[in-house]
This record gives sequence, structure tokens and C-alpha cells, in this order.
Amino acid sequence: MKTNTILELTVKNHSGVMMHVCSLFARRVFNVDGVLCLPTGDVTKSRLWLRVKEDLRLEQMILQLQKLEDVLAVRRHGASHAVFERIGEYFRE
Amino acid sequence: MKYTGAEIIIKLLERHGIRQIAGIPGGANLPMYDALSQSECIRHILARHEQGAGFIAQGQARVTGRPAVFFATSGPGATNAISAVADAKLDSIPIICITGQVPQDMIGTDAFQEIDTYGLSVPITKHNYFARSAKELFEIIPDAFRVAISGRPGPIWIDVPKDVQMALVEFDEWPKNGVADNNFSLDMQSIQDAATIINEAKRPIVYVGGGAIHSEASESVQALIEKLNAPTVMTLMGLGALPSRHPLSLGMLGMHAAPFTNHALEECDALIALGARFDDRATGKVAQFCPDAKIVHVDIDASELNKIKNAKIGIVADLDDAIEALSPLIDSKEADEWNDRIEQLKGEYPMYMPDLVDPTSAYGIIDHVAGMLEGETYITTDVGQHQMRVAQAYPFEYPRQWLTSGGLGTMGFGLPAAIGAALEKPEATVVCFTGDGSILMNIQELITAVEENLNVKIFVCNNNSLGLVHQQQDLFYEKRIFAANYSRAVDFVKIAEGFQMDSFDLGTCVDPMSLIANALAKPGPALINVPINVYHKVFPMVPPGGANKEMLLRDRVTARTMNQIKQ
Ligand SMILES: Cc1ncc(C[n+]2csc(CCOP(=O)(O)OP(=O)(O)O)c2C)c(N)n1
Ligand SMILES: [Mg+2]
Repeated sequence: MKTNTILELTVKNHSGVMMHVCSLFARRVFNVDGVLCLPTGDVTKSRLWLRVKEDLRLEQMILQLQKLEDVLAVRRHGASHAVFERIGEYFRE
Repeated sequence: MKYTGAEIIIKLLERHGIRQIAGIPGGANLPMYDALSQSECIRHILARHEQGAGFIAQGQARVTGRPAVFFATSGPGATNAISAVADAKLDSIPIICITGQVPQDMIGTDAFQEIDTYGLSVPITKHNYFARSAKELFEIIPDAFRVAISGRPGPIWIDVPKDVQMALVEFDEWPKNGVADNNFSLDMQSIQDAATIINEAKRPIVYVGGGAIHSEASESVQALIEKLNAPTVMTLMGLGALPSRHPLSLGMLGMHAAPFTNHALEECDALIALGARFDDRATGKVAQFCPDAKIVHVDIDASELNKIKNAKIGIVADLDDAIEALSPLIDSKEADEWNDRIEQLKGEYPMYMPDLVDPTSAYGIIDHVAGMLEGETYITTDVGQHQMRVAQAYPFEYPRQWLTSGGLGTMGFGLPAAIGAALEKPEATVVCFTGDGSILMNIQELITAVEENLNVKIFVCNNNSLGLVHQQQDLFYEKRIFAANYSRAVDFVKIAEGFQMDSFDLGTCVDPMSLIANALAKPGPALINVPINVYHKVFPMVPPGGANKEMLLRDRVTARTMNQIKQ
């Protein structure tokens, strides 16, 4: 089984950002199975967390993300990052 | 100062140096058109289809290297513009499409001519904007220019609702113009490593792409090549970076390259890729492309490095800057066995262009027109066999002389792109080599060329067929020609007359050379019909998906024709 990777994106806080990011993954048929987005303390910025599968194409996806005008920074974390673990509680049936 | 949003757009475009805008008006962009009508320095060119307007802008941007703007209304105006913008994305052309949109209080109501322009333009632009207020235009317009030309250039789309165009804003000063970001720092270690590989190479080949054109690096590329005495191949987009007649030029590589070009690549031990992206039409089957070569790859777009083929050394930089840093570290080389080997390959695997001496033949028309053109000239094409023949046969001299739809391969590009080029270069001759299929896709722009009295000469290479499709079916689908030939032939000479354009027919004339000379000599637009035999194919051809060394050199006799011959 492929392991997860957590991506932490700092993005400009405006309405088109989510669309730019999600559309990038969708049109390259790269599955994103978790998305979290909230404004940061700074009103001009938001933080976007993505959970994706580790894949040979991930390097290329990150480079493509960095090319988006509204994406200010991309950080890569391992599968064990707490952010999706903790929020997982709200997603159980 | 007090201006409406529409006036702010026009004034900011003026301030960014925009002087000619192609477009088509409609309900949702009328305030912008009203403001444009009052501009003293911007001319409007009324296109006949928004795709035409978009390709006119592309023609402008491709010959100047500067951003060009075009206008369309909401809904169908926006959807018509899409192909031209998508085409600019794939070829990294800085155009800015500004569309009107229904007023914000009607957005989301399925209002008349409402479409999600912002959403539609996401995957086909470098960046796109939706203006929520007239004030935002002060940021959006300069930013659009900045993004269009920073790093790897690309198209921008700005969608402006009608209420934003009409809103009045009071303000004190104009914002600063958008200029290109210049935040690239060169990694000197990789430059050093690249130099080591290049200096150690025994059989280097330089592989030049469109990036050399965009970064205005052709002079430094040429100096580097000469210092190295390295044979050089160009991509379709890179043609013109090095003059075709340059002794080190091996012309275009890939699917329709000269046989010796692809064979030389087989043997190289270092491939120096400059602003090229290893497109499948250039590389053929990637695993077998330059099998023995260490690759040095310079590109301004980090995502291009290692995307298709792993580079030994990758350098993210503006090409001109990178070569400036690299050159002093490179040892000059005299011509050696490798250059001899190249000459030998040229003799063993020559390029063959049939009937070149006949000005009415598929290759001959290109060669003869080239020979007769004088002074500054620009060449556009459409998409198909005629395009590949021009790429193979035309003796390009300088960068930006060659305008073709590379990445998207959009039929309909040639005529409006020629119009755009001629608008920017009124003293030059602009020749459009088109096909009978392609010209029909934007034929309405014939009248735009006439109205503007542009020096555009359109050669319709007329095989009454979608020739490249015909060729593929004939070669790879056991001659099952389907949906490629037209059952009725269009009379393009009459069509041109209907558009009030001078027209000529090479098919019925007695003296082809003087006909071509006449068509070129008279200032203003002209259309020349050039009948071409549909069975005359473009060779060599690498079968799609095949390795470059597997190119077909001539019509192979298939099993089926063999049977026919036996019977
Ligand atoms: C808009 C568009 N539709 C379809 C194609 C596929 N296609 C590529 S070449 C070609 C034939 C072009 O015919 P023509 O313009 O007559 O050129 P020829 O090959 O005959 O020289 C077609 C249909 C394309 N490239 N662009
Ligand atoms: Mg044709």
C-alpha cells in the first residue's frame, strides 16, 4: 500500500485559491483524499493542508504547486503529521 | 481623479504600452468598448471571431516578445477565446485576455450570456483574475503584466463584471507598471558541474528550444555553440534561434527531422538542453532518446527539469543569464572527429525533399517563396503537412521570425497570427503557409486583413484533404482513408474575391514564378492557391510512439498494396 504524505501550503487568502490547487490535482489525475483550509492569523494568508498518496509523480506535483501564483510556500510532511489524525475524530461514522 | 472601472482598464493598458487591441464587443464588455473609443493611443482591430482575436494577440506577442491584449464579451465570447489562450499556454506566449462578465448581482442566476469564465480559464492560463471591484483593477492589471512576462511567460485572463466596469472610483495616483520579477539566483555549483560535463564531452549536441527565443538568448546560444563547435538541433519552437544555414545547425529534431539529425542524437555523449522541454514530438520514445548522453538541462521553469528525462545537471535560470555564467568556464574546441562524423552522417542519411526545383510542388513552393522574399519577413503556418514542410524547408534567419502553433497544434492559428504579426511589423512581409483544412477554421479573418490592408500573403497548400490525417491513415491504418478527404473542393480564389482580397491560382497559371512574384510584390494582402497532390507525404516520419531512429523515409509498400500489385 502506498503511504500518505501531508502537504502544508501557505496561500493567498482569496476565493480562487482552493480551486487552483484542487483543479491542479484533478486535471493530473492525482488523488487528494483530505483537504483542510482555514485563514491564518494574518488576514492575507490561509493555510491549506492536503493529504495525498506518496507517488512517483509527487515531486512534479509539488513543483507545479509552487508555480501557482497564489501559493506562497509548500512544505512536505510525513504521514504521521498530527493534523489529519486529530481531526479524524470528526469524520468517523 | 475620478474614473470608471472601464476607463481605469483602458488607461492602465495605455500606461503599459498597449497600442493595438483586437477583440469583439458585446453586452457585457460595452463599458470597456465605450472607454476604448475615447482612447487617443490605442487602436482597436475588430476581429470576426474571438479565437481570431486571440490569435491576433498571439501574433503580436510572438513577434515582439511583449504582452498583447485582446477583448471578448461574456458567455460565447469567452468560450470562443479559449483555444487561442490554451494555445498560448502550451507555447508560453504572454497574452492577456480581458472579458466582460454579467453584473455581480446576476452572477449565479444563469443570466443571459453568463458562464463561469474564471473556472473555465483556470487550467489554460498561467494565472487568472476575477475583478470584484473597480479598485482591485489597480492591482490586477499591473500584476497581470508582471505574471505574463516573469519567468516562463504565459497567458493571463481577467474577467470583469459589468458593474465593476461602470463603478466610479476616486483616487490620487496611478499604480506602478507591472514589470518582470528578477529574483533568480544562479547556483554556481551546478554551473561549474555543467561546465565539467560539457568540457569532458567528446560528442556533444546542443538542443535548443523555445526558451532561447523567449529569453532573447539566441546570440549567446550561438556564441556558446561556436565556442564548442557543437552540432545543434532545434525544436519546432526553437527554430530561428540559430540561422538554418549556420554550419553547426542540424535543423529540427524529432518526428519530422532530417535523418542525419536523429542519427546524430543517437551517438551524442552529452546533450545540452537549453530552454527545451523534451516534448514527445521531439524525443520520440523517451527511453531510447539519446541513449548514451549525459544531460545538462537549463530551463527557467523548475518543473521542467527531470519531468520527462532525468538530467545529470539541472539549472533553473533564465537562459541568457545561465550562458553568461557558463561561457567563461567552457573550453574552446576546434572542429574534431565528432564534426567529421556529423558530415559523414549527413552524407549517409541525407534529407530528401522531392521536387524542390518545381515551384508548384509541396516543398518547392516553400523554397521558392523563401528565395523571392526580401527584407524583414515573418512566417506563420497552420497545422498539418504544410506546417512540417515549412519547418523542414524554410531557411529561418533570426528569432521571432517563425510563428507556429507548437504545443497545442491548433488548426486556425496561421491567418490571425499573421495579422497580429503584420500589425506590429507594418514594414515587413508576413507569409502564412496554410492548408485547405486549417484556413477554413478562421477564414473569416480574411476580411480583417483586408480592412487593415496588411501585408499578409497567404499560400493555401491545397490537397483538398486533412493531409496529415490522410498520411497517418495511409501509413498506419492500412490505407483506410476515412473522414480525411473532402468530397467537394472549396474555390479559395473565389472565396478570397468575396472577401475583397487579391487572389491567385498556381494551378491554372502558365508562369508560376511570375505569379508568385506578382503576389508578393503588390503591397497588401493576397491569397495564393497552391494545388498539392494528397499522396505527397511529409518524410521522414517517426511513427507516433516510436523511437526517433525508427523513422520512415519514404512510402513503404504495405502488405495490402503488395497484394494489389500481385493481383
Ligand atoms: C483544431 C484542430 N482540429 C483537428 C486537428 C487534427 N489535425 C491535425 S493536422 C490536420 C489536418 C490539417 O489539414 P490541412 O490544414 O489541410 O493541412 P495539410 O495536412 O493538408 O497540409 C488535422 C485535422 C488539429 N490539429 N486542430
Ligand atoms: Mg490539406
